[in-house]
Amino acid sequence: MSSNEVQAEIQYETVIGLEVHVELATKTKLFCACANEFGSEPNTNICPVCLGLPGSLPVLNERVVDFALRIGEALNFTVPQRSIFHRKNYFYPDMPKDFQTSQYDEPICAEGWIEVDGERIGIERAHMEEDTGKSTHVGGGGRIHDADHSLVDYNRAGVPLMEIVSHPAMRSSEQARGYVSELRAVLLAIGVSDVKMEEGSMRVDANVSIRPVGTTQLGTKVEIKNMNSIRSLGRAIDYEVERQTIATNTGERIVQETRHWDESEGITHGMRSKEGSSDYRFFPEPDLAPVAPTDEMRAAARAAIPELPAALRERIVAEWQVAEHDARVLVANPALSDYAQESVAALASGSARDVVNWCTGELLAYGNETGSEPNSWALSPIALAELVGLVGDGAISRSQAKEVLAGCLAGEGAPSDVASARGLAQVSDEGALAAIIAGVLEANPDAVAEYRTGDEKAQKKKRGFLMGEAMKASKGQGNPALLNRLLDAGLA
Amino acid sequence: MAKQSNEQVSITRSDVEHVAMLARLALTPDEVGEFAEQLTAILGHATDISSLDLDGVPTTAHPLPVTNVLREDVIGPSLDRDEVLAAAPSAEEGRFRVPRIMGEA
Ligand SMILES: [Zn+2]
Repeated sequence: MSSNEVQAEIQYETVIGLEVHVELATKTKLFCACANEFGSEPNTNICPVCLGLPGSLPVLNERVVDFALRIGEALNFTVPQRSIFHRKNYFYPDMPKDFQTSQYDEPICAEGWIEVDGERIGIERAHMEEDTGKSTHVGGGGRIHDADHSLVDYNRAGVPLMEIVSHPAMRSSEQARGYVSELRAVLLAIGVSDVKMEEGSMRVDANVSIRPVGTTQLGTKVEIKNMNSIRSLGRAIDYEVERQTIATNTGERIVQETRHWDESEGITHGMRSKEGSSDYRFFPEPDLAPVAPTDEMRAAARAAIPELPAALRERIVAEWQVAEHDARVLVANPALSDYAQESVAALASGSARDVVNWCTGELLAYGNETGSEPNSWALSPIALAELVGLVGDGAISRSQAKEVLAGCLAGEGAPSDVASARGLAQVSDEGALAAIIAGVLEANPDAVAEYRTGDEKAQKKKRGFLMGEAMKASKGQGNPALLNRLLDAGLA
Repeated sequence: MAKQSNEQVSITRSDVEHVAMLARLALTPDEVGEFAEQLTAILGHATDISSLDLDGVPTTAHPLPVTNVLREDVIGPSLDRDEVLAAAPSAEEGRFRVPRIMGEA
């Protein structure tokens, strides 16, 4: 590259703002008593209110307000004395009333922040609004533009959402991913949503723009939709930044638009936009009274908030001596971290770190495979503590413990019972193990000789071989720490 | 809409046409003129309020002095699907059938 070309190369920085919609885990919808339930038969949770039939009147769900206040508290929001609902007017078949009840200039949560990897990310607002119905496009391969007609299910219409809008405060896809996973962990911990991106109970739209490094004016932003995992969010942002950088460098103008992320192709597509659709003619909803959170309501929300993920992680790392990464994996799953805490509290011997290792390894995998929650497992937190104790005391080996764990999860009983029923016990009899080592050394004179004369690499290799032979000779039941010590003595 | 120096607001024909389009109303040219006049008069009345000193007076969000009208989060009965769909112009597979949708909202 010549020096001229280097000079011509402008460095850009990425500016990202995220709009996150979360479905609240209430029993009923936002303004009516229809069930808020995923996966019901189409159009079975509908009533005059959520269908927008004439004369019907909405009444606000008190749990939604409580959840909104919890979010306000957990994300350091200012919660104003008053917030009101507005009508957002547009015509689209998935919204039977021809307007969406949302909040506009007086949201319930105004100006908050969340800490992500030691940095505060500002959040502009969080407001309550209702979800739309779900359309299925028939014909034309299910694509909206080519479809013959569409079918609409209004079960989701009126389901309560919180829309959480960050400032354009993020500078990389990595930071955006960090923001979403921290937000997800907080929302899970405070019990307001199950935040499953794959099932759509958490939806993330990203506003992405680029600008020359050192400038402060925001570039033209492009909104990207349809990412169904934190990983796709990162990929979509990276793709979009590259697309905008190439376009800008080749003199193309970036247009403000909404683009659709295509997971299989790994690209974003521009979407045809509806003319004049941004003119929503917001006006105050006359059928709903303002929400004015009282001291009691605020106190109740505050009381419902457990130790937040960041604090919990910090405590676990410090008190249990586990790696930051493991603490993160554990705390991202509140039910599992409750389970681990109960187990650690019941430990008689063995370490908290071992409890965490089982939880983030075998048990997390088991939960994912079976789709089950920790409180339904046949292995209780106390039983896990017992298992960790059996390993810690040297009664069973780590590999035997895996078998015991599987037996416990299959409902075979307490760890010690499963171990004895399956004949699993670790041999810690020093005399018996010493005899095994002596036998192995005698049977492998060549390996012993090569160990004694070899360099460090060869020594390591031969030692590993001899240890393997010894373990084999003990039928996998020899106490590894003891075998190691005896082998060292034998080779000295 | 055009805002004049004396705070009088006038609604133009194109304002009316734009709003009519958004509200999917088909107005005749005569009606466009008529509504432009009527809406200008209504907004003119509202501008009278601007002449008052309203610093520190919150906007009225609701005509009644009530707040926190809430209901418990308890499931109630929903409507019978067949009955609802029977009242729809068209239905298919337990869903409302609608004409082809042209673009995303
Ligand atoms: Zn309903």
